Amino acid sequence: MGKKVKITINGQPVEIDKGTSILDAAKQIGVIIPTLCYHKDLCVAGNCRVCVVEIAGQKRLAPACATPCEEGMDVLTNTHKVRNSRKHIIELLLSEHNADCTSCYKNGNCELQLLASEYKIMNQDFIHLVPFHNYTIDDYSPSIIKDDSKCIRCQRCVRTCAELQSVNALTMAHKGEYAQVTTFFEKSMNDVICTNCGQCVNHCPTGALVEKNYIEEVWAAISDKSKYVVIQTAPAVRVGLGEELGFGPGARVTGKMVAALKRLGFDAVMDTDFTADLTIMEEGSELLSRLKKALKENDRTVKFPMATSCSPGWIKFIEHLYPEFLDHLSTCKSPQQMFGALVKTYYAKARKLDPERIVSVSVMPCTAKKFEAARPEMHSSGYRDVDYVLTTRELAIMIKQAGIDFTRLEEAHFDRLMGESTGAAVIFGSTGGVMEAALRTAYELVTGREVPFDNLNITPVRGAEGIREARIKIEKPKKEWAFLDGVELKCAVAHGLVNAKYIMDKVKAGKADYHFIEFMACPGGCLGGGGQPIPTNPEIRQRRAVAIYAEDEGMPLRKSHENPEIIKIYNDFLGHPLSEVSHHLLHTKYTSRRV
Amino acid sequence: MSANDIVKRADFIFKNENDWEEVLTKNLARTPNELINELISSELKGRGGAGFPTGLKWKLTSELKSDEKYVICNADEGEPGTFKDREILSRVPFKVLTAIALCGYVIGAKQGFIYLRGEYFFLQQELKKAISEFEFFCKEIKFDFKINIFMGSGAYICGEETALFESMEGKRGEPRNKPPYPTAYGYLGQPTVINNVETLAHTFTIFKYGAKRFYDLGVQFSRGTKLFSISGDTPKPGIYELELGMSLSDFVDDFGDDDTKAVQVGGASGFLVPRKKFSATSIGFEGKLVGISLPTGGSMMLFNSSRSMFNVLDNYLNFFAEESCGQCTPCRVGCQQLLKGIKAVKRGEKPASYLDKLLGLAETMQYTAKCGLGQSVANSFTSIVENFREEMIY
Repeated sequence: MGKKVKITINGQPVEIDKGTSILDAAKQIGVIIPTLCYHKDLCVAGNCRVCVVEIAGQKRLAPACATPCEEGMDVLTNTHKVRNSRKHIIELLLSEHNADCTSCYKNGNCELQLLASEYKIMNQDFIHLVPFHNYTIDDYSPSIIKDDSKCIRCQRCVRTCAELQSVNALTMAHKGEYAQVTTFFEKSMNDVICTNCGQCVNHCPTGALVEKNYIEEVWAAISDKSKYVVIQTAPAVRVGLGEELGFGPGARVTGKMVAALKRLGFDAVMDTDFTADLTIMEEGSELLSRLKKALKENDRTVKFPMATSCSPGWIKFIEHLYPEFLDHLSTCKSPQQMFGALVKTYYAKARKLDPERIVSVSVMPCTAKKFEAARPEMHSSGYRDVDYVLTTRELAIMIKQAGIDFTRLEEAHFDRLMGESTGAAVIFGSTGGVMEAALRTAYELVTGREVPFDNLNITPVRGAEGIREARIKIEKPKKEWAFLDGVELKCAVAHGLVNAKYIMDKVKAGKADYHFIEFMACPGGCLGGGGQPIPTNPEIRQRRAVAIYAEDEGMPLRKSHENPEIIKIYNDFLGHPLSEVSHHLLHTKYTSRRV
Repeated sequence: MSANDIVKRADFIFKNENDWEEVLTKNLARTPNELINELISSELKGRGGAGFPTGLKWKLTSELKSDEKYVICNADEGEPGTFKDREILSRVPFKVLTAIALCGYVIGAKQGFIYLRGEYFFLQQELKKAISEFEFFCKEIKFDFKINIFMGSGAYICGEETALFESMEGKRGEPRNKPPYPTAYGYLGQPTVINNVETLAHTFTIFKYGAKRFYDLGVQFSRGTKLFSISGDTPKPGIYELELGMSLSDFVDDFGDDDTKAVQVGGASGFLVPRKKFSATSIGFEGKLVGISLPTGGSMMLFNSSRSMFNVLDNYLNFFAEESCGQCTPCRVGCQQLLKGIKAVKRGEKPASYLDKLLGLAETMQYTAKCGLGQSVANSFTSIVENFREEMIY
């Protein structure tokens, strides 16, 4: 690059890097060009043609997203021909779209609806094409609902599934009038290799792909006086929720969120961050015990690298595609499921509640968590550990339905027993956070000293690069960890399944000499999760990440093992990490899903 | 030439000449630049329908530096009413193979492909035999060049050059965004010359007889001869090599059945010309011909008064609605709207004025569709609806 070209847009001269698209060039001078199939996270498709513009001297219009600026181009974005064409294209899309907006889950957050409103498509006289197709709604998945009648074939989901996730669950099939986004042999999303990550939902401009919502079920539980409804909130929710409720991206709304949950009528509002700290205790201990077995006892059956297990999208991914490596996964349940198992045992006992009465709800930045909660093995409390999983978006809907003016709420605190957390838990919401939290605790357990990073910020594992690596040398460990003296702990972090695949292929080829790898299914980690507010893009995720790390820095305690409620639960209930009770409630096993 | 012939026939393409080895050897002794200049001065334009100057295409690709380059012979002959390429490949395959190899020599490619239409599977065995004989000769003269056949799978859209590359790369046959163009970014992202079968066959003629022989035929801007696939209401359907630039009325006098109502020039994606415009229409690329000049990939369909133009258009639109790749909005949805729209007008479910809305839509498709398929639906749609509006309504 480096070479500049001069063009004019609507008469205004612009000097810009050669190769820049007309769309980006226009953006720089405040000219907005509408788009639909374009998405910052994805490669350019140029399918929808909504972004067409006129280039002087050319009869045909050019798609602004897919046309690079050339020296001397005279671009016009608002001529009669352009407006007329865009209007036609929007009309065409509406004609193949089930535009029953008032009964659509995405009503109010639909890019097609917005365009139709901007271009005032008042007389829709093209023939409605939906009745000519035999559309059925696929709602068999516990996480995602796919409604082809609302699909506008922009292929954002297809590109998401391929480029960000390398899963390819969704793909185009057939051609012409029958072209549609579908799955392998047109099976249900529930029956194909789909990780339920929800990135397709996050990237869909319309209501063709949405989460399966459990809003009414949760309202019913809250209204049922015989039930005791407990809610847990995941770390990334508090830096995303504000976007749905009047704040800009990156607003930290932890206290308001807690206040809102109390107003909604939950009997106890507690924090998944508590079990994130617990995860660190268990997973950190598991890592150290594996190292001990391998290095001290020469046990060759111990598997390295050890992989994190918090992200249910990642878990299903490895179960489908690399089942021979399931032994590499930490046996720890995700924080959500640890919480679920404890709420109907530890918490019920302490609060003298009949666990049968407890309805355990979680609010997650994630759609895969819905699938995780429904896994048959997640019943270690004797009941279903987590009854309902809401996404950040569903919670926002409930808050709006309840008539709560979110921006004016006073901040409130989580309830006790499972509501205390540390900065180490908050950063679980960002890629690299689990690794950083684990290192803060494990290093200190082994050496008795804090990790050798300024202000505990292990910056090498932070950032937005798809794969990051860090090495920490263990020096002067405590006596019982003497075998670790001089060992360089090699860690890696991957987010987005396309990067997970890259690392797993390296592991498979025997070319990954890491001890510990953090995997997150979604770009940016949970803060970019499939259940987070729409839209998502690198800039929004970056702002959420800044908020997460600010939240961490603002916490009085920043190391999981210092959480007083963690100390208490080990004293009162679990005994010690990896104890028998822990194993029963907090650890799990995995299933090969190779087909 | 028989007494009834009005339009002058030519015989280059199918002339049985067994001198391809000589043509190849002689031309390999010339510099690439000499060959490019020969082509440029012949003014040969692509015979697939789009009419891009062939010499320029080779020149652009030859100038790019790349370790890998490719020559692709587009034999995905799918335009309704076109059936000339299969005849070339079955009757004079060595002319095409020689041309592919010479193109490879000119641009610096070591490999050529023939993308063969799925329905032409029956040609594959004979073509393979010809290729091995050809490659054997290349080896003998120490010219390192390989030709492979890639079988298409029956999608019309894969005749579009960039969709063809996608198909060869094992992906869904969907056109790419242009730019970049194939000359710079073609098969596997490498500089690629892709030419129609007939275009390559003409280059053989030019390399054998020299540019002048070719240039002297035809008219300004439309030089040389062209194969025409003539079908429909004609007493003499078939493939004819004719000079470019003829007037459509001469053509109809020669090939019509004295009751020709309209001629579809250029297949389903071409234009329908009604009787009253025959004398004002010439066949060739844009330029200074009599009246309007219509380019064609060679398909000429004649319709007599027994034909319903509504049925003709209905047939074309069914074809496009099915063969659109479904990728871009104007083509995928536009084709369905045009098809369902004319039916609705015919049945009285929409007023006759709805045809005007459809004409506007067709224009938008022409301006905004991603590739030639969607852009050219308006050609037949507009020319049929405007010239035979009553037949659409009553």
